[in-house]
Amino acid sequence: MSNASFNQFKGNVNTERVQYIADPQLRNIVNVSIALERPLLVKGEPGTGKTLLSHAIAEALGKRLIIWNIKSTTEAIDGCYMYDTVQRLNDSRFGSDDRNVNNIKDYITLGPLGDAFVSEEQVVLLIDEIDKADIEFPNDLLQELDVMEFYIKETKEFIKAKTRPIVIITSNNEKELPDAFLRRCVFHWIEFPSKEFMAEICNLHYPNLKKNLLDQCLKHFYWLRTITKIRKMPSTSELLDWIGVLLKSGISIDELMKGIPFLGVLIKKEKDLEAVLAKAQFPT
Amino acid sequence: MFVEYFYYLKEILPSVSITEYMTLLQALNKGLIHNMMDFYYISRSILCKNEHHYDLYDIAFANFFKDASIKLTDDINQEIWKWLQKNTEVLNFPFSIREFQNVNLEELERRFEQLLKEQNERHDYGNKWIGTQGQSQFGNSGLNTMGIKVAGGVGLRRAVIIAQKRIFKDYRKDIIIGTRQIKVALKRLRKLGDIGKPNELNLDKTIDLTAKNGGDIDLFFEKRKKNNVKLILLMDVGGTMDPYIHQVNLLFSAANHMSHWKDFKYYYFHNCIYDKLYKNAARTPQRAIDFDDFLRKYKNSYRIIIVGDQCMHRSELKNPRGAIYDGATNKKPGIYYIEEIAQHFKNNVVWLNPEPNTVEWMSWTRLVISKIIPTYPFTIEGVEKAMDYLRTNGKNSYTTVQQLKGVPLAFY
Repeated sequence: MSNASFNQFKGNVNTERVQYIADPQLRNIVNVSIALERPLLVKGEPGTGKTLLSHAIAEALGKRLIIWNIKSTTEAIDGCYMYDTVQRLNDSRFGSDDRNVNNIKDYITLGPLGDAFVSEEQVVLLIDEIDKADIEFPNDLLQELDVMEFYIKETKEFIKAKTRPIVIITSNNEKELPDAFLRRCVFHWIEFPSKEFMAEICNLHYPNLKKNLLDQCLKHFYWLRTITKIRKMPSTSELLDWIGVLLKSGISIDELMKGIPFLGVLIKKEKDLEAVLAKAQFPT
Repeated sequence: MFVEYFYYLKEILPSVSITEYMTLLQALNKGLIHNMMDFYYISRSILCKNEHHYDLYDIAFANFFKDASIKLTDDINQEIWKWLQKNTEVLNFPFSIREFQNVNLEELERRFEQLLKEQNERHDYGNKWIGTQGQSQFGNSGLNTMGIKVAGGVGLRRAVIIAQKRIFKDYRKDIIIGTRQIKVALKRLRKLGDIGKPNELNLDKTIDLTAKNGGDIDLFFEKRKKNNVKLILLMDVGGTMDPYIHQVNLLFSAANHMSHWKDFKYYYFHNCIYDKLYKNAARTPQRAIDFDDFLRKYKNSYRIIIVGDQCMHRSELKNPRGAIYDGATNKKPGIYYIEEIAQHFKNNVVWLNPEPNTVEWMSWTRLVISKIIPTYPFTIEGVEKAMDYLRTNGKNSYTTVQQLKGVPLAFY
C-alpha cells in the first residue's frame, strides 16, 4: 500500500452537486476504512449526513456512487442479481428481438452489489439503512462483503469484484446488527455537530450568510434542542432548510431576534410544536 | 503494551475479538496511526461497534492510560518500536493473517522511521493547535507541566482527557444491549397467513398451468405471506422478580420492537394471576382489566407468554383471598386463574421461568404451575423451545405438563 492511496478523503467537498464537510475524526476514519478495505458502518442521529457522506466521498475521490437502498423486504440476493423468469417465459411464447430465450444470461440483471463488482474502476457502494431489512439480512451478506464475490446459480458463474469497492453502510439503529457482521466493519458514530462546527457547515451551504443572522439562527436552533420533550429533534438538515427559507423570505435580523419564524420547518410533529410553544416566551 | 491493551479492553467490552485486534494491528502496520489522538479514535472505530459502548470504551481507555502516561511521555516511540519487534515474531505463526506474512523487518523499520518523521511534523503542529485553541478547554492540569517534548505524551494526555470527559454517557442504553438474541429466538414463532392483493408470482404453479395450457402463458399470482401471530406477554413484576427485571425488560423490548407480530399486547401481575391484569408495572387499579374481560377480549387465537418465577407462598396459590399484595380481594384461589388461562388458550400458552433450574427448583408452587402450563427456563435455549411449542401448538413437544403427569402433589 503506497502512501498516495490512503489519506485520500480530505473531508471538505464543495461542488455544485455536493456540499459536505466532515469533522476530522470522521475524515480520518473514512481513510482508515479505505486503507484497511473494510466496510465503514456509520450511525448517528437522523439528519447528520450519514447518507450524504458517501456522496461526498464519491465526489471527492471522483468515483462513481452506487446506491443500494434497503427496504423491509430486501434480501441479500436482490443486491447481487435478479433472474427475470416472467420476461423469459413471456419471450418463450411471443419471442423477442433483442433477447435470446436460450441464453439465460439475457434474463439476469445485476443488482447494486453486482454492478459494483463488475465495474472496471473502483466505485463507492452505499448500502443505505441496512437495519430496515430482516434481522438476518446482514449475515447473508458476510461472504459477499468479505471475499467480494457471489455465485449466480442459474448460469453457474462467479461474479468477482474487479476492484474492491469502497463500502459505506448506514444504519438508523432500528435493529441491532449481528456480531459477525460488525466484526468486519469499521464503525463510526457521527456526533451531533458543535455550535462552531455547525457554523462552518452553514457557511459552506450559504456562503453569503451574514454572521449575526447565522448566530441568531444557531442560538434558536440549539435552544430548541435543549427542550427534552421534543420527540423528533431538529437536525442539521432541518436547520439548513430553515435558513434557506429565512433567506428566501428576506426576514430581518430584528424579526429573528423576536421569535422563531417558520417554526414548522424545524419542528415537524404537532406534539413537539406544543412542547416548544409551552416553553417559548415569544410569539412564533 | 498492545496485547495488554487488548485484554484490558476485552475485559470491559466482551464483544472485542481477535479479529478486531488484528484489524487494529493492521491499521498500525499500514501507518494509519500517527499520534495518540488518532489511536484513540481509530482504535475506537475498530474495537467498539456500538455507540452504547463508547462510554465503556472511554472508561477503559482513560483507566488504561491513566497510569501509563508518565511511562509513555518519554518513551511512546520506544514502546511502538518494541511492539513492532515483538509482533514480527508473531508474524511467523502459522495462523497469522495473510497481510502480515509479507512484511519483513526492514520494511517495518523503514515505515517506523517514516512514522517518526511524520509524528514530529504533526507534533509541532499539534502544539500550535493546542496553543491557539486555548488550553482552558482541556483544563490546565498537566498540559504545561508535562512539557511538550514528545508528541505522544501530549497527544496521549489529550486523548485520555477526551476519554475522561465521557461525552457518550447518555448513549449508554444497557437495556437494548442483547435484545438481538432474544429477537432471533422470538422469530421462531411465525405462522404465515395471506395478506393484501395477490401480487406475488408463484413460479412452479405458473409453469404447471402454462404447460397444461399448451404453452400459452398462464401467470399465477398469490397473496403475500405475513406472520399471523398475535402475542400477549404477561409479566410478573416486583418482589422476588426484582433480580430478573433486566431480563424481563430485554424480552419485553425485544418483543415490542419487532414488527413481526400481527398484534402485540402486554399486561403485568404480581406473583400469581388473579382477577385483574394490569396495564402498567406499577399495577394501578385504574389501568387494569378484569380477568373475565381479558378472556372475552382475547380469543384463543392469541398466543400467551407468561414470565414469572412461580415462587410464592402456598396460600397465594391455593387460598381464596390469598393475593396478599393485591388487597386480598380475590374470591377464587390463584390456581383457578392459572387453570382458566390454560383451558382458554389451550396449547397457546407457555411460561418462562428465569429462576435457575437447580435441583431444588421444585418449589411446591413451581411444581403446581408447571404441571398446568408448560414451563421453560428463561434462557435463549428455553425461549427457543417455548417458541417452537407455540408455533406447533404443542405438537411433538415433551413439556413439564407431561413430565409431571401423575406426580402426586399434596395439594390435590
